[in-house]
Amino acid sequence: MGENKIKVLIGKPGLDGHDRGAKVVARALRDAGFEVVYTGLHQTPEQIVATAIQEDVDVIGVSSLAGAHMYLFPRILELLKEQGAEDIPVFGGGIIPEDEIELLKKAGIKELFTPGSPVQETVDWINQHIKKS
Amino acid sequence: MCSEKTGSRAAERRQAWEDLYAKTIKKHPERLPKFTTLSNEPVKKLYTPDDLADFDYLEELGYPGEFPYTRGVQTTMYRGRLWTMRQFAGLGGAEETNARFHYLMDHGETGLSTAFDMPTLMGYDSDSPMARGEVGKCGVAIDTLADMEILFDRIPLDQVTTSMTINPPASILLAMYVAVAEKQGVPKDKIGGTIQNDMLKEFIAQKTFMLPPEPSIRIIVDTVEYCTKEVPRWNTISISGYHIREAGSTAAQELAFTLADGIGYVQACIDRGLNVDDFAPRLSFFFNAHLDFFEEIAKYRAARRIWARVMKNRFKAKNPRSMMLRFHTQTAGCSLTAQQPYNNVVRTACEGLAAVLGGTQSLHTNSLDEVLSLPTEHAVTIALRTQQIIGEEIGVTNTIDPLAGSYFVESMTNKMEQLALEYINKIDDMGGILKAIEVGFPQKEIAEAAYTYQKQVDEGEKIVVGVNKYQMDDTLPVELLKIDEAVEKRQLERLQKVKDTRDSAKVQNCLQAIETASRNGENLMPHLLEAVKSYVTQQEICDIWRKVFGRYTDPGMF
Repeated sequence: MGENKIKVLIGKPGLDGHDRGAKVVARALRDAGFEVVYTGLHQTPEQIVATAIQEDVDVIGVSSLAGAHMYLFPRILELLKEQGAEDIPVFGGGIIPEDEIELLKKAGIKELFTPGSPVQETVDWINQHIKKS
Repeated sequence: MCSEKTGSRAAERRQAWEDLYAKTIKKHPERLPKFTTLSNEPVKKLYTPDDLADFDYLEELGYPGEFPYTRGVQTTMYRGRLWTMRQFAGLGGAEETNARFHYLMDHGETGLSTAFDMPTLMGYDSDSPMARGEVGKCGVAIDTLADMEILFDRIPLDQVTTSMTINPPASILLAMYVAVAEKQGVPKDKIGGTIQNDMLKEFIAQKTFMLPPEPSIRIIVDTVEYCTKEVPRWNTISISGYHIREAGSTAAQELAFTLADGIGYVQACIDRGLNVDDFAPRLSFFFNAHLDFFEEIAKYRAARRIWARVMKNRFKAKNPRSMMLRFHTQTAGCSLTAQQPYNNVVRTACEGLAAVLGGTQSLHTNSLDEVLSLPTEHAVTIALRTQQIIGEEIGVTNTIDPLAGSYFVESMTNKMEQLALEYINKIDDMGGILKAIEVGFPQKEIAEAAYTYQKQVDEGEKIVVGVNKYQMDDTLPVELLKIDEAVEKRQLERLQKVKDTRDSAKVQNCLQAIETASRNGENLMPHLLEAVKSYVTQQEICDIWRKVFGRYTDPGMF
């Protein structure tokens, strides 16, 4: 079991406690047949990257609703690179203004899902873009 | 509500109407396969006197300002004074937030409400590694009394009341507020306001937690005990359903878990040896105003009735003020949409109206851009004007509790009461709210409701205008507020300067005293007051607590 499943890490970096979206997405991804690891709240970027490597996940999804995404998301990419794990793609979700979506994508975040996105969009995106390693 | 004589004739007329309805919908079916509230409670096609057959007016409603307070806690309600218009504000540093406070007061706001940034909320200073990227981002950064002095600069603390949305370090921020007031020459017994100070709902929903539940409750009871004697006009706990609802609960769950938290606090204070009538009048509540208009109004009315009976019957309160559920309301942030954001003004107006028809004491109306960022001055002005229009233009404040007696509203109020009591009984059976939280009961119920709702939206069963119906490609752009990165730099410099210039021997003594009191159970408040006056930082105090009591971390259930 789980052999062929895509493994997703859902992470909540920083001090933000808004976990409604992260948990709904985690559950929907599990229901869609992925293997899901959820970090729980208040993780440092270091902790998220360590978990991703340790759990050997295929993709990382991070959520932020308290305005610190411009620091936290790129920091995760930087740490993945430092640890030679930059092949793990990272997507994000939360309250992220339009212009910052552009900047984050330039920095290497693969996709961003903002309020009102149906969960199915995330499921479809993973199915299209992520391969089981 | 209906006499014997008219009874049989009414039954006939009812049957005739039912037959006609059945015949009509055969030809022209109803719009929806089922009609439910936002929280999935079934709604009947019609409510009549039959729904309130055994309704006892004096027992269930009474008069405003009278037990069980269903119709309102004050005798005169909004004919005497409108609710307090209290817009939650906090952005960047103390300077920017102070300017926003003055702006709001200059435009008719009647009370202050402070939003802190995440590091402050979680007990970290701006110079902590945990604070990187978060200083001033979703509220104001407060590290020491120096920041608090700037935050309340030129604001007379004997004339305004201030609400502070702060939980794990609530006692420290209260101590800072008392210290600022003293510097202004205002004694402790002349200040008024509220600290949220509600850790139970943090474990359940909002998740800004620091210490495990038991020491968290102990510190809360310390603040209640201290304020009861020293700061008599302070609302010591704002028992909050708002965040429970934002986390995705139903209306009935919001009501039930909030009141169960309230019961937990009252019991904890009684267990400390406090007399219920000494502290209960200063407990206040904080509810969400969501989109389902009548469900929300019913929720507030049921809340007052349940609380009054709990306080009288369960806790044997004698003072009527102990039985009055006074509450603040905030419109539902989670109901706002990033798509077509100007529609949010309309949603907020409807929600604010529900809060007023439900008899709120204080109200925050969300700004249209709050789904995207902290509100701009322009957006917050529209939000404040929304309240002023509800209060002064549309006439709903002319009479008290205008929806009382509506067959539907009274039925919904009864229904809300029944659903909440079922949950409260269940939590009692589990051994109380702390035990229920320990096994994740409210957390799971809320996560389940949130997931159900999301599925309903994704499947189009619940309509969100502009999101799953009536979508548009282009919408009017909204100007967004950005927090300048210079805020963090200035904050770090100020903190360093405070640390360099304060009396470090005094700081060490204060921290030692706090550690000793933390361990031996002595009330912490006098020590906190002494410490903040000596410019001890809030993290320095929280670090002591983390050392003495340990940390609480998220179990990460989903």
